[in-house]
Amino acid sequence: MSFEAKRLWKLALGPVLILMSAAVVGAEVNQVNMSQGATEVGRDIYNLHMLILGICTVIGIGVFGVMFYSIIYHRKSKGVTPATFHESTKVEIAWTVVPFLILISMAVPATSTLLDIYDYEDAEMDIMITGYQWKWKYEYLNENGENVSFFSNLRTPQSEIYNTEDKGQHYLLEVDEPVVIPVDTKVRLLVTANDVIHSWWVPELAVKKDAIPGFINEAWTRASETGIYRGQCAELCGKDHGFMPIVVNVVSRDEYNDWLGAKQAEAAEIKALMAQTFTMDELMERGEAVYQRACLACHGAKGEGGLGKAIAGSPLATGELGAHLDVGINGVPGTAMQAFGGQMNDVDMAAVITYQRNAFGNNMGDMVQPIDVFNYKKG
Amino acid sequence: MGDHHHGPAKGLSRWLFTTNHKDIGTMYLWFSFAMFILGGFFAMVIRAELFQPGMQLVEPAFFNQMTTLHGLVMVFGAIMPSFVGLANWLIPMMIGAPDMALPRMNNWSFWILPPTFLLLASTLFMEGGAPAFGWTFYAPLSTTYAPPSVTFFIFSVHVLGLSSIMGSINIIATVMNMRAPGMTYMKMPLFVWTWLITAFLLVAVMPVLAGAVTMMLMDIHFGTSFFSAAGGGDPVLFQHVFWFFGHPEVYIIILPAFGVVSQIIPAFSRKPLFGYDSMVYATASIAFLSFIVWAHHMYTVGMPVAGELFFMYATMLIAVPTGVKVFNWVTTMWRGALTFETPMLFCIGFLVLFTIGGFTGLMLSIAPSDFQYHDSYFVVAHFHYVMVAGAVFSMSAAVYYWLPKWCGKMYNEAMGKTHFWISFIGFNLTFFPQHFVGLAGMPRRIPDYALQFADFNMMSSIGAFIYGASQILFLYNVIATIVAGKPVSDDKVWEGAEGLEWTVPTPAPYHTFETPPRIDPDHVHS
Ligand code: HEC
Ligand code: HEM
Ligand SMILES: [Cu+2]
Ligand SMILES: [Cu+2]
Repeated sequence: MSFEAKRLWKLALGPVLILMSAAVVGAEVNQVNMSQGATEVGRDIYNLHMLILGICTVIGIGVFGVMFYSIIYHRKSKGVTPATFHESTKVEIAWTVVPFLILISMAVPATSTLLDIYDYEDAEMDIMITGYQWKWKYEYLNENGENVSFFSNLRTPQSEIYNTEDKGQHYLLEVDEPVVIPVDTKVRLLVTANDVIHSWWVPELAVKKDAIPGFINEAWTRASETGIYRGQCAELCGKDHGFMPIVVNVVSRDEYNDWLGAKQAEAAEIKALMAQTFTMDELMERGEAVYQRACLACHGAKGEGGLGKAIAGSPLATGELGAHLDVGINGVPGTAMQAFGGQMNDVDMAAVITYQRNAFGNNMGDMVQPIDVFNYKKG
Repeated sequence: MGDHHHGPAKGLSRWLFTTNHKDIGTMYLWFSFAMFILGGFFAMVIRAELFQPGMQLVEPAFFNQMTTLHGLVMVFGAIMPSFVGLANWLIPMMIGAPDMALPRMNNWSFWILPPTFLLLASTLFMEGGAPAFGWTFYAPLSTTYAPPSVTFFIFSVHVLGLSSIMGSINIIATVMNMRAPGMTYMKMPLFVWTWLITAFLLVAVMPVLAGAVTMMLMDIHFGTSFFSAAGGGDPVLFQHVFWFFGHPEVYIIILPAFGVVSQIIPAFSRKPLFGYDSMVYATASIAFLSFIVWAHHMYTVGMPVAGELFFMYATMLIAVPTGVKVFNWVTTMWRGALTFETPMLFCIGFLVLFTIGGFTGLMLSIAPSDFQYHDSYFVVAHFHYVMVAGAVFSMSAAVYYWLPKWCGKMYNEAMGKTHFWISFIGFNLTFFPQHFVGLAGMPRRIPDYALQFADFNMMSSIGAFIYGASQILFLYNVIATIVAGKPVSDDKVWEGAEGLEWTVPTPAPYHTFETPPRIDPDHVHS
């Protein structure tokens, strides 16, 4: 090798080495490749990914090999006289046809995996997934007994996001209520959205499906291993797009049945409560709990406000009941005050509105019963 | 000399009223560089916020405004105008024409750009903030849920489209009508060919984009429901219309870059371009295919499987003509007599990195795998390998290559090479790790991320600052050359350069080819 060539090698080697060592150091602690995940489809996709990557690597080595050979041996400084050839129909045909054949060898496995992904037949259960700005709602359909439905919100506290507290292990990938599915079961997912487009993505379950308002998309998964799988919304959906994670808890069938039974009992209980009339004390007790869980973050422990307006002495909470109920159920569009009507049951809504009207020095003395909320929602 | 040989007018009016293709080219180039700096600034805000997990500098809403404006400014403000500037400077000189065919329209198509970008940037200060729905502005986030500034955004897009269409018509008219006698189509330099095809693409798809934003406008202000499911419309329709524009758009960005590289690699290989004819046919096939692959951006919207298969096969096919191009460039270098001045370094950088971007493109075309790649950082890595290393690297190469001809002075070679190496390292440090985090599950367009992505994101941010800083060196080098570069007087600045633009004096006079040059009929294309 000439001096020039050696110098060039050294120059080129620098960045390559930096990158490679970065990748190696990175790979030890960080994931650098697609995961095979916990489903057969996921493994098929992984194999497809590795196949194409492999073919590309081989072609890349060929192309870059020829190129760097020229760079090293066909330099003017070595006193070479340039060749003058500039076309060859045979060569052009060869490098049109050969890549085409290689593409066919890729298309075959790709097609079969795709057909597999599109096979929704024989699902053993359905879950309806609805994207909201910025949370997910899960509904278990087709079950005997009560339908089960709940929202799943980001659980990471603001203090971690704004760096006033240390971040937990599952920072931004933790929710208040995970979706639970049984292992080795073909679960059909019906994906839609309530406002803008979202996308439900759990890499290890090999599912990414757009949630589109007005349309219901299908997808399915069959997890072959129990465990907790985490994902995120993949389609830009507004301000808190980065803060609507997905957690799927894959459990044994027995555990699943227990969980579902408990959820159904809970739902039945709420249903019974809906028909009931509560006393002021009952409403206040329940209302306090709901307030602390769902409103305190913005309205403050003493109703003093914060991100949200003050509840203590608020003209709304001390004014006409209908207007107050309206804000609770429908929210204030364009502000952080969301529509809680679709997110909590009527009992909780009745309780928390009653609580706001009779706590923090607000002394309205009036009560809201679940049936009032129900009627208000009906219009 | 006849008295019609006037030079440029003096003062500001020279630039405001000019119809000279060189002046207009210069303005386009400076404007696009200004936009490159502005878009780069937005990118630095993004990378600074993503330096560490947690929210540090900006709020999520503002972060989304940054990603949106970064994409819009880079695509429509930096890359596209830069190649129009290059076309203005070079096409007349390459085909032996005295100027562009429609010089007054040329003036207009430039001058409507700066006010438009001023308007777009001013949305940052409006109530509700700038557009925050991504450069792909999917409805209904960009309609029902958009900030009020969306109306100004729609207006800007209309004007940008107008400017592009006027520029393209001008290029088509020039190339079809103003070639010097003997400059047959198959003798035209490849840069002219790629631009001719690009201009047709632009004329075909810009109206589609205009249609998309007009439907948005109607939905927002006039009660229609094109994209609103509640009124019987279809949000997915928006994506079809957008990508019918959007995919050809990415080739609008890259074809002129292919042209540049096809001029420069032969020059520094001292050997004619290999497979000129097949390069022309490959460009045309890419342009054709680019119209029938748009839904590869939409594999996850829930298309029927037959649609999915069609778009997958068509997209895979694009790899064939793209491969032909790469093979031809490498074969051009083969057994040449290579030297490695800055333009050649940038072209080699282009070749290596664009090929990597093409490989990831092929991976993305495989629909089942795309379910895992889509909307992750893997896609971000892919399109920066093709757009930055493709378009921006080739643009840098073009500036270093033709600058001496334009201003008659030589840039500082050592500084140019330094610019290349810092860019190359910075670029790879920024975008290579993004493949990893994407595969590991990091979605794009998020202002904050889970802890397992932290290391690579920090690496990415450091790389971005390095890449950003290297552009200041570029700016300095160009200004220093214009102000105080070493004069060059050879017509043919580079030993291996071929083409009519190297037959005019250096620096290129204000008017060239007022009488058509004689083209040697036996000479192989430049
Ligand atoms: C994410 C923050 C947030 C949460 C959580 C929240 N609110 Fe609010 N709330 C707001 C904001 C912001 C406003 C002020 C809206 C406006 O500008 O009118 C508000 C206003 C209100 C008002 C009207 C106050 C007035 O005087 O106008 C009521 C009532 C209210 N919220 C009830 C609730 C209830 C009940 C809950 C819990 C179930 C709750 N909010 C949870 C942010 C929040
Ligand atoms: C071999 C050629 C190429 C193929 C097969 C290819 C394929 C693809 C595919 C399938 C996607 C969609 C990925 C997803 O969103 O899931 C994509 C995205 C993209 N590609 Fe390419 N690509 C190629 C070359 C290029 C070139 C040359 C450019 C531009 C210079 C480009 C620019 C882009 C951009 C900008 C996106 C992302 C758009 C967005 O969602 O914001 N690609 N490419
Ligand atoms: Cu989202
Ligand atoms: Cu595309």
